[in-house]
Amino acid sequence: MNTLLQRRDVKWGFRSTLILYTLLLIILPIAGIYVQSFSGGVPVFIESIFEPLAWKSIWLTFRLSLIATAINIVIGTMAAWVLHRYRFPGRTLLNSLVDLPFALPTAVGGLMILLLLGPNSWIGSLAHAAGIRIVFAEPAIVIAMVFVTFPFVIRAVQPLLEEADRTQEEAAHTLGASKLRTFFKVLLPQMGPGMISGGMLAFSRALAEFGAVVLVAGNIPGKTLIASVFIFGEIESDNPQGAAAVSVMLLTLSFLVLWIVNTLQSRREER
Amino acid sequence: MSKRSGTARVLIVLTYAVFLLLLIIPLMQVVLSAMEHGVSSVLASLTRPEALHAMKMTLSVVVVVTLLNTMFGIFMAITIVRGNWIGRSLRRWLNSIIDLPYAVSPVIGGFMIVLMLGPNTVVGTLLADAGIPIVYAFPGMVLATLFVTFPLMVREVVPVLQEIGTQQEEAASMLGAYQWTTFWRVTWPSIRWGVLYGVVLTVARSLGEFGAVLVVSGNIMNKTQTMTTLVYQDVDNFNIASANSLALVLAAGSIALLLFMEWAKKRKGVHGDAH
Repeated sequence: MNTLLQRRDVKWGFRSTLILYTLLLIILPIAGIYVQSFSGGVPVFIESIFEPLAWKSIWLTFRLSLIATAINIVIGTMAAWVLHRYRFPGRTLLNSLVDLPFALPTAVGGLMILLLLGPNSWIGSLAHAAGIRIVFAEPAIVIAMVFVTFPFVIRAVQPLLEEADRTQEEAAHTLGASKLRTFFKVLLPQMGPGMISGGMLAFSRALAEFGAVVLVAGNIPGKTLIASVFIFGEIESDNPQGAAAVSVMLLTLSFLVLWIVNTLQSRREER
Repeated sequence: MSKRSGTARVLIVLTYAVFLLLLIIPLMQVVLSAMEHGVSSVLASLTRPEALHAMKMTLSVVVVVTLLNTMFGIFMAITIVRGNWIGRSLRRWLNSIIDLPYAVSPVIGGFMIVLMLGPNTVVGTLLADAGIPIVYAFPGMVLATLFVTFPLMVREVVPVLQEIGTQQEEAASMLGAYQWTTFWRVTWPSIRWGVLYGVVLTVARSLGEFGAVLVVSGNIMNKTQTMTTLVYQDVDNFNIASANSLALVLAAGSIALLLFMEWAKKRKGVHGDAH
């Protein structure tokens, strides 16, 4: 093996394989989507995007992802704080449970929501009696998005709390600052970067989510059809042009978010 | 306990409520619903020919993807951190390329493969004529899953390599150890925990991958159907009980992986060998 690895051509063989692998698996396919969507020229692309159902699905995805992200920032920051600061029975268990949505197949996540809130469950029938639709409507989509993106904010805020200096908080307290004031002036700035970067990752994941949502959304065109399910439908009905146009919108938005997160992170590391 | 303030109590209760509502109760619901019709009905729906075939398919994808992703992931991580043969800027560029699959919706990931290698493309037709169909077949499913799992191994190994630095490796190679020996004797012991985490994450992700595989596989029963896509089909056919039994198996698998990960992290902490 040693003599084999010493040989120049074997080394270059390895290296070209690696480059080729990245090129074929990541770069070429992504480029392919952009090429496909503009293959009919810019007017066709614009037409595909502004096709009412396509546009509505993008807008719906964007809006519900924002709501899910906002919910996650609130409950995630709270959970991170409680898990970090307080010692209470079951704390270790809860901390291990945080990653569950990452480990669980998204289709199982969707099925869980369907079983718990669907028309055959008691919560579902109760809500139905009250005239509220949960499953096959917007609330279920938001719940599915919150579920799959739950770990992001917690896992982004936790390390910040661990490295944070508690003396600042104590100083504020000793100097007579009220709890609320301490929270806004000391604790929030400490957790802020994690809330933002965790929230953005959650947002981009929510934009992309398919498995959990497709099972609970009902996928009614123009109403509960989110972008990724719209793309799936277009592929199924053999309309790659429409699928590619919406894909490009979604991809560009996600890349933008990823890029902002990376920039924020490297800026923080430089400091 | 008595010293705990009112706010603390409220926050703890709220956190518990979030975990209960979002994670614990839904999970229990899957178990309870599956058991509703008894163990025998769970077993009956799991031993359906299509279910058995789906399990075999999922298992094959997991094994092939984990092997390939581990190999290329380690190699890629070493290249990003140590690869002097490519320029610094190119390495940084490569480093950000790695994360791209995170931002791509699984459905789009599958769609890309259909666009590139589908039956309407030149390459796809050539390969199909040569007897290697990609789309609506096993190779395509492996490709799609490789795409979505691509960053997992690299992201676990890169930080470890960056942290340990090059001193030991340089010492080893200066003392005359060949590259391969240096890797096994010096690099491998430091990165093996990172690799283990990467493997667990890759297995979990490929076990649960749904969107990308659904698009690429065409979800053909007894042919390209996996466990997750069978869950989807069962739900679509209002066969919730069967979907539930499969979901139970999938959930048990991913929880086992999660527990294994926790155990490994603790063990690593106990042993204290920094990496």
